[in-house]
Amino acid sequence: MRRPKKYEAGEATQYISRRAALRKLQLSLNDFRRLCILKGVYPREPKHRRRAQKGSSEIKILYHTKDIRFLLHEPIVWTLRDYKIFAKKSGRDRAIKDFRNLKRRLALFPEIKLDHIVKERYPTFIDALKDLDDCLTLLFLFSTFPSLHLIPREQSNLCRRLTIEFLHYVIASKSLRKVFISIKGYYFQAEIKGQKVTWIVPHYYPFKPQSRQEVDFKVMSIFVEFYTIMLGFTNYRLYHGLNMAYPPQFPSSMLQDNEDTLKDETSFVSERIAALNFELLRTDKVQEDEEEPDIDMELLEQDGDSKRIIKMKQEAQEIARLRNLFKGLKFFINREVPREPLVIIIRSFGGKVSWDSSVFSGSTYDESDETITHQIVDRPSLSTQYISRDYIQPQWVFDCVNQRQLLPTNKYFLGEELPPHLSPFVDAKRDTYVPPEEKALHDPSLIETHAQSDDESEEEEAAQNEDDTVDQELLDAQLQRAYQQETAEYKKYGGPDGVNEDEEDADDDFDGEQESDEEEEELDEKTKRLQEEKKKMSVQSGKVHKVNKRQLHKAEVDEHRLQARMVKPRHRNLFRKLIREKQSKEKEEWLLRKKRRNIDKDTKEAKKSAKREAKKAAAAAAAAASQLGAK
Amino acid sequence: MTKKRTVKRKVKEPEPTKEQPSVSEQSDNEEDEDLLQAVKDPGEDTTDDEGIDQEYQSDSSEDLEFESDEEGNYLGRKVSNEAEEGEDDQDEDDDEDEDEGEDEDDDSDDDSEESDADDASPTPKDDQSSSSKAAAAQTKEPIIQIIPRDPSKPEYEESDTSDEEDIRNTVGNIPMHWYDEYKHIGYDWDAKKIIKPPKGDQIDDFLRKIEDPNFWRTVKDPMTGQEVLLTDEDIALIKRVNSSRIPNPEHDEYAPWIEWFTSEVEKMPIKNVPDHKRSFLPSVSEKKKVSRMVHALKMGWMKTTEEVEREKQQKRGPKFYMLWETDTGREHMRRIHDPVSAPKRDLPGHAESYNPPPEYLFDEKETKEWLKLKDEPHKRKLHFMPQKYKSLRAVPAYSRYLRERFLRCLDLYLCPRAKRVKLNIDAEYLIPKLPSPRDLQPFPTVESLVYRGHTDLVRSVSVEPKGEYLVSGSDDKTVKIWEIATGRCIRTIETNDVVRCVAWCPNAKLSIIAVATGSRLLLINPKVGDKLLIKKTDDLLAESPNLDVIESERIKTAVQWSNAEPDEQEKGVRVVITHFKPIRQVTWHGRGDYLATVMPEGANRSALIHQLSKRRSQIPFSKSKGLIQCVLFHPVKPCFFVATQHNIRIYDLVKQELIKKLLTNSKWISGMSIHPKGDNLLVSTYDKKMLWFDLDLSTKPYQTMRLHRNAVRSVAFHLRYPLFASGSDDQAVIVSHGMVYNDLLQNPLIVPLKKLQTHEKRDEFGVLDVTWHPVQPWVFSTGADCTIRLYT
Repeated sequence: MRRPKKYEAGEATQYISRRAALRKLQLSLNDFRRLCILKGVYPREPKHRRRAQKGSSEIKILYHTKDIRFLLHEPIVWTLRDYKIFAKKSGRDRAIKDFRNLKRRLALFPEIKLDHIVKERYPTFIDALKDLDDCLTLLFLFSTFPSLHLIPREQSNLCRRLTIEFLHYVIASKSLRKVFISIKGYYFQAEIKGQKVTWIVPHYYPFKPQSRQEVDFKVMSIFVEFYTIMLGFTNYRLYHGLNMAYPPQFPSSMLQDNEDTLKDETSFVSERIAALNFELLRTDKVQEDEEEPDIDMELLEQDGDSKRIIKMKQEAQEIARLRNLFKGLKFFINREVPREPLVIIIRSFGGKVSWDSSVFSGSTYDESDETITHQIVDRPSLSTQYISRDYIQPQWVFDCVNQRQLLPTNKYFLGEELPPHLSPFVDAKRDTYVPPEEKALHDPSLIETHAQSDDESEEEEAAQNEDDTVDQELLDAQLQRAYQQETAEYKKYGGPDGVNEDEEDADDDFDGEQESDEEEEELDEKTKRLQEEKKKMSVQSGKVHKVNKRQLHKAEVDEHRLQARMVKPRHRNLFRKLIREKQSKEKEEWLLRKKRRNIDKDTKEAKKSAKREAKKAAAAAAAAASQLGAK
Repeated sequence: MTKKRTVKRKVKEPEPTKEQPSVSEQSDNEEDEDLLQAVKDPGEDTTDDEGIDQEYQSDSSEDLEFESDEEGNYLGRKVSNEAEEGEDDQDEDDDEDEDEGEDEDDDSDDDSEESDADDASPTPKDDQSSSSKAAAAQTKEPIIQIIPRDPSKPEYEESDTSDEEDIRNTVGNIPMHWYDEYKHIGYDWDAKKIIKPPKGDQIDDFLRKIEDPNFWRTVKDPMTGQEVLLTDEDIALIKRVNSSRIPNPEHDEYAPWIEWFTSEVEKMPIKNVPDHKRSFLPSVSEKKKVSRMVHALKMGWMKTTEEVEREKQQKRGPKFYMLWETDTGREHMRRIHDPVSAPKRDLPGHAESYNPPPEYLFDEKETKEWLKLKDEPHKRKLHFMPQKYKSLRAVPAYSRYLRERFLRCLDLYLCPRAKRVKLNIDAEYLIPKLPSPRDLQPFPTVESLVYRGHTDLVRSVSVEPKGEYLVSGSDDKTVKIWEIATGRCIRTIETNDVVRCVAWCPNAKLSIIAVATGSRLLLINPKVGDKLLIKKTDDLLAESPNLDVIESERIKTAVQWSNAEPDEQEKGVRVVITHFKPIRQVTWHGRGDYLATVMPEGANRSALIHQLSKRRSQIPFSKSKGLIQCVLFHPVKPCFFVATQHNIRIYDLVKQELIKKLLTNSKWISGMSIHPKGDNLLVSTYDKKMLWFDLDLSTKPYQTMRLHRNAVRSVAFHLRYPLFASGSDDQAVIVSHGMVYNDLLQNPLIVPLKKLQTHEKRDEFGVLDVTWHPVQPWVFSTGADCTIRLYT
């Protein structure tokens, strides 16, 4: 029998380096990259790198051998090769100025078909929805791009079309759940078929020329090439799920490339937004908004009333309310406000929206419309105001959606200093620090206490608490005989230590006695018993037992520390890591809390001083007035 | 250019056909007519020869090619012709090869002649005078004068058609030298020969040259053979041509341009009438082509441009259809092996908000730190700097947005992926579930007494079996005996050397302390406690039993027994066993008759066993198995534990053989202690570990404890309670619960209970020795800070 050689089996054969893969596929690196992006093939991290790399320990990019073999059978590999041939032949034609042939060839340009790859990468529709985050974020970015060397105009146009279609779906299905204004862009989270889809719409205008080291548009363009196809199919299915015709028909003036949109980015954007404010045609006339929640309710009512079910029920009701949050409200957006996110939000929660028709196209009603309930303004003051409507800043809309209710508008009035905008995405597990604003939102009663709380009142409260606990202990002491005994001993030996130590001491002393006079032990016992009986008969006033909390805490910590040293050796590193993480998190939280406390203190101080100043000024004015009067 | 040339040629071609009136005199008008009518259809002259000639002419008369159809132009051309004719004449005489050269020569000759003429006679200034001169010259018979046409008269006034032209010589347009050999020069209209005029000889010519003032302006017409007298206008014209000016003197070069024919291409035809069909001769091949195209269009093989455009429009952009029939239905397809979906990006927290709560904004320190980590951005707390904007309108585009998107793309296709189980557990979960120390009481928790008195580090401590007294040995060369309960030093025994180890005899019926000082082992009667017991011990040690066994040389050189000197007797020393090397450790057997000493430098005699009753010593090992650190007697069985640096060997003293070798997997053993039941051994090492060996189970430690932060110096089991203590260089004494169950199936329970840290640090040393009280759960520890401490 032949003796097997090293690296002929096992992990070494499971992985293949990129170089070897290139050689096997007979492709250039660029083509390989393109293939990998389109097919979703990625490098793998082997369990044992050294073994997988046949003994070498430098870090190589390794692919799974089966993946590469899978690529070998891919039809688009041939298309990629055809590209190469095409480039060569058309180059030749151009060089010898054979334009007739060139024209013929250009007509036969090998088109790449990605439909089967979409199906293959996402076998179910839900899989595609799960992977929609990156797709949407990238397409929203590309939809704002100007025509670039590596990004053809058609690509960014297609991105624009597809993203608008998707937004229309979100609006029509009312599936938007959370929104957030970040410094990077607007985060939107929608719940589509139970999947949370999050995407970012960047602030305008995100495009800046980039160096090739920083950003390689070619790579991004390949991603976009695949993502457009994927989003197209996804949109198709989503639209059909809502009984809407796909592709949606927009008025001919919208989304058509005319010279104006190509030249001017603002008009390009305004076209986009105008398209969003357009009601789509439905193939059926039935409004199915009410249907879904009803079904949910029935299903829930069938089951019993376990906690989870109740919670789900509440959640469903809340979402049903959220879906019609802005129903019946009419918004008017002033021209300085970024309109796109607002239009999406307002429309997807059932509101109506319009803007100045003289500045941007696509408005539905005028500013002078008396039925407008809210006007969104982002400037310190406004000359002409209507009494019939609220003038609010745009953050109100976002906060309302995140709170799932219409918040009072007084904090968001024109020119007011806005309350902090909180992220709806924070995970209680990940971030332990909760800013007071968020706490107040969860528990409205906290607002007042927070506002009123003075140091004194807090202290008072604390003192009261302490008293309560002491009372409790006193009660216990009087009730329990054992405790009485201990207190008696405490009296005897009277140490300054805390409860635990006292106990120990008592024990030890007792032992010592036992030890020192062994013979007299019994006698001692007897006398003791007698004494105790005597004590029982007499009524003693209880003694306040002061617990040294700090010492107690220290003892506990020490104990815990000792126990922590008993962690199994194989878990020790992990344990240390976890502890370190925990500590850093705690430190972070502590830091934030401290900062907040300082800030609050400063603001309070500032307020107080301002008040004092005002008082003084008032007093001075009054005095002056009285003097004047006297004169 | 080419077109222009052809046009010119068309004009020029007829020139050779132009004829000069030869015989008959004609009026000016007629002359004009002739000249004008000379223009003929270009199609007529087809002879090759002429073509060549024309080429030649056109080449030579390059200067004349600028003219338009004005008359001066025409004249100029004619003159040039004439000149050429002249040349031709000369050619008759000369070789034909040298045409061009001759041509030039002639020109130059002409010039010279002209200049001569100018000198000789005043050149006519204007047309009038020249014409009058010409009229004068007309009297000469053969000379025919060309009278210039009046420019004021319209060009075509008198001429009607070309048919009426009066041609004297009918030979046509042929080279006239063909007639050189004949007397005649051609034929007139009546087919009669035109006889050449008589040709004078050279003398006549010469004479004429002298006589005739007009000789220089006389030229011969080759067609007729007549001599023609050139008029002043002709001369002027020739001059102008030679000086490469426009031949017509009246032509104004700088006259404003009159656009007779617009240069713009009109879209509409000027004529409304289309060309008649008859004017179009259909091509057969084209017809075939067209019919083929029509057929292709019909059959759909070929498409019109609109159709192609429409198709392209349709083709542009991908086509979408229902790719997934159901939401969750999965079609079996080949996929990549074991797909791992990329993890999603973290969602933003409050800090990323455009208007975050104030505590999230960086203060100066944080900003500085953030900026400092520019080269290692992964170490930053946040990957962005929180910002606060007053209003939404003021929020700019995020400058790193593109880069972040790009990095995400790179992550998706370039980042290696693997499935890993992420441990989502709390750190507490990893701590083994142990009973709470409160349930395991009693154990020492506080320091209750400090025994002070030593002046150097206290090496060793031992407790009396009854638990009333305590003995300690120190580097200050003293042994002190203390009363435990009060902390009073009862006695101090000075020795000659550093006291390395003290051990109280475990037999309660004897009061003996073994003290290892230097290379001597002293057996001391402490004289504390029961008087009877002291007396009995003294009696026992006073008499030395007579030795009936002859000791080997090996033992003799290693150990000598002797009774103490009187001065030492005073101090309580009874027996002195002198070793050949410094003693490190001494330990008693449980009965109190045997004791073992360790001399690390003693090579193969480093461990010794002494029998007190017989005053006899044994060397159990003949071979050294390593540097012996400490030895221990088994409490019950006749077993002997020997710890070398790395391993522990267990010997059977009766059978005198190795029972077991325990592997500690540590660098250096410092001490060991055996459980009173004898089945469990605790080993302390200098590499911070404590090892619990279950002797029944295996030769490897049952549990390794890293409770201390520094080298562990000693360990000790309690004799009664399930407790053990360890002392270490980190100044801590750790008390642990070590329960051994009678049930063999149940593993020992080890729970660390309390860390007692009251010793002070001195020269890297902390606690040197720990010992338990034999009865109470009290622990004694000695430290480098010269104290002994009691924890209760």
